[in-house]
Amino acid sequence: MTDIYQDSPEQLGEKQYTISILTEDKPGLLNTVTIVFTRRKLNIDMINVSASEVAGVSRYTIVLTTTKDQVEKVVKQIRKHVDVLGAFVYEEDAIHYQEIALYKVPTEIFMDSVEVEQIVRANNARILVIERDYTVIEKTGHKEETSALFNTLKKYGVLEFVRSGRIAVSKSKRKTEAYLEELENSTTHSLYNNNGTVK
Amino acid sequence: MGQMETLKESSTGITKKKMRISGSEAVILSLLEEGVDTVFGYPGGAIMPIYDALYGYKEQLNHYLVRHEQGAAHAAQGYARVTGKVGVCFATSGPGATNLMTGIADAQIDSTPIVCITGQVVAHLLGTDAFQESDILGISMPITKWNFQVTKAEEIPAAIARAFYIAKTGRPGPVLIDITKNAQSAELDFEYTPCKKIRSYHPYPVIQDKDIMDAAKVINNAKKPFLLSGHGVLISGAEKAVLALSEKANIPVASTLLGLSSFPPDHPNYVGYLGMHGNYAPNVLTNECDVLIAIGMRFDDRVTGDVNQYAKKAKVVHIEIDPAEIDKIIKTEVAINADANQALECLLPYINKADHSEWINEFRKLDKIEYDKVIKNDLYPTSDKIKMGEVVRLISEISKGEAIVVTDVGQHQMIANRYYKYKKPNHIVTSGGLGTMGFALPAAMGAQIGKMKEKVISIAGDGGFQMTLQELGTIFQYNIPVKIVVLNNNFLGMVRQWQQLFFKKRYSFTEMTNPDFIKIADGYGIVANRVEQREDLEKALQTMYDHDGPYFLEVKVEMEENVFPMVPSGDSVSNIRLE
Repeated sequence: MTDIYQDSPEQLGEKQYTISILTEDKPGLLNTVTIVFTRRKLNIDMINVSASEVAGVSRYTIVLTTTKDQVEKVVKQIRKHVDVLGAFVYEEDAIHYQEIALYKVPTEIFMDSVEVEQIVRANNARILVIERDYTVIEKTGHKEETSALFNTLKKYGVLEFVRSGRIAVSKSKRKTEAYLEELENSTTHSLYNNNGTVK
Repeated sequence: MGQMETLKESSTGITKKKMRISGSEAVILSLLEEGVDTVFGYPGGAIMPIYDALYGYKEQLNHYLVRHEQGAAHAAQGYARVTGKVGVCFATSGPGATNLMTGIADAQIDSTPIVCITGQVVAHLLGTDAFQESDILGISMPITKWNFQVTKAEEIPAAIARAFYIAKTGRPGPVLIDITKNAQSAELDFEYTPCKKIRSYHPYPVIQDKDIMDAAKVINNAKKPFLLSGHGVLISGAEKAVLALSEKANIPVASTLLGLSSFPPDHPNYVGYLGMHGNYAPNVLTNECDVLIAIGMRFDDRVTGDVNQYAKKAKVVHIEIDPAEIDKIIKTEVAINADANQALECLLPYINKADHSEWINEFRKLDKIEYDKVIKNDLYPTSDKIKMGEVVRLISEISKGEAIVVTDVGQHQMIANRYYKYKKPNHIVTSGGLGTMGFALPAAMGAQIGKMKEKVISIAGDGGFQMTLQELGTIFQYNIPVKIVVLNNNFLGMVRQWQQLFFKKRYSFTEMTNPDFIKIADGYGIVANRVEQREDLEKALQTMYDHDGPYFLEVKVEMEENVFPMVPSGDSVSNIRLE
């Protein structure tokens, strides 16, 4: 059997990039953004879409493992879409980012010993709800951290585990509203945020 | 009805005050507001209300009933390409709309402004697999510049205003508006405001002074500059500016396939056309130039061949309106992200006069080789059978290059684009990026409707012609005086050529048993003739050209003719073969 999956990222000179996109909040926009990736057979590592602080504007945070050349082309293609207000690419050190994970575990594992409680404390996690049958633990952090907690809890029996896509803010001081205002009045915008490290 | 009459009377600059009308009528009035007078389309269930409204505006809006929706899209493209206006087509939901897709994809890749209006099932049936429902928004998303679904009548004027604005500004492209049947039937208070601005869309980037200065410096220091003129030059109307730049700095100019007719072919600085079947000199010398000035083009793989062996000695100056095209294929030294004409107007004053006649002479030397090895025999063959090149030469001579030539895709396309001596911009129309067989006949029909005073000649092969030949019906019904030439070699010639050269002559499914084309044309009431002998050719073409009305001419050409020069797929442009 031929392996249909691609070579490892390191072999291809790839790394993880975070793409931040602002769009008008309109139906179908998610599709127009993601087909840019589909067409190039790029697999999105994480995606988060939600309303931004500006009414009628959505913010997408997409994490992608690829080459610098490819991510730049992808961002240009995304920008090309009429309803995209802006798209920026960041390397890890240009953003602050976080993910959230929820772990559903049997409530009884807290009954037998204090071990699990200590794990929760040690991991800076918190108990979200306690039901008779199950308890939900919540942890925010980077993927390695939320994965580490999952691995620790595994032996106690995790009923369900879910992790969100990354959300990120840039290290730039610019306000989104100011950016949008600038956009209203300008006719061009750079591919990189004024604090972006790429290029 | 009284209300409609009032609207009709005021329909040139029209409808300032709010009027209560149906969504369908709003579609028609919006089109009139945009200055549309021609629509290509095909009715069906989900677009019937719009067709009903159209019935009341037959005087203002000329609708051409095509025979297949693909024909409507290509006709709109042909119309747009020769008039510079937005082409418009109508189709119903489901199969009607899916049949448009080939034309839409073609318009997208060849930057052609068209607006497609499709009917859609009533809003409450969306997603229920209703009769003739398909997800047209989803299907057309990757091949349109913008698309939108209208589910409420009130959305119609703004959606159409936006559609036209987006289709024609910046890098032009196709827009699709999908209108549910309930929105067509419902009423609205109609008021039309043209779209002038979209905050998320900036079609004309502002020129940066630094880019102009940097570009001027690179060009002024060039020893062997080479200018590539693309479709963007025609779209932005930069022909004169390119000519001025070429003359001032004495720069040789080559054209891309879609850029043909952007530079006068008889000008001493013109060195021919680029790409896989382009001219010998511009391909070979791409790899010798030290500065490559690419204007309004996107370095298609048919132009570059192997990018790793493309223009390696050159600094690249790229003038391009679409920022996504810059550094996409070829890394630039200086990029001017702008409209070609604006950029050149800014650039010209900083360009020094220069003399590169020795460099231009290098092209001429190679031209001589190409002429002796290829062109002479193509244009003045001594073979028994007629060759495609001589047909195109005669069309050129008879029309004096004044006719609009629309080609299909394949060998005849390359030959026609190589040898037709157009005199004016936008006088050669072809399907470049998508390479859509079946393009020529409907596109020529649209071009003819757009330019009724000019002669329009469709040139197709026997394969491509049969993909859309049903449009003979449209040509017949409206007596569209397009001249139709089919170069018949009973083969899918270009594929056969590749099979010969790269697949050990294994002619896998490329030979065609064709019908009697004369009978077909005759069945459609179109005057038709067939030529098989060289001595009859010129007279037959002249008769066709002089004929008042549509005319069909089949020319039986050599079966196994090959198009040369040729850059083998994936090879370097300088490895272009002459035989």
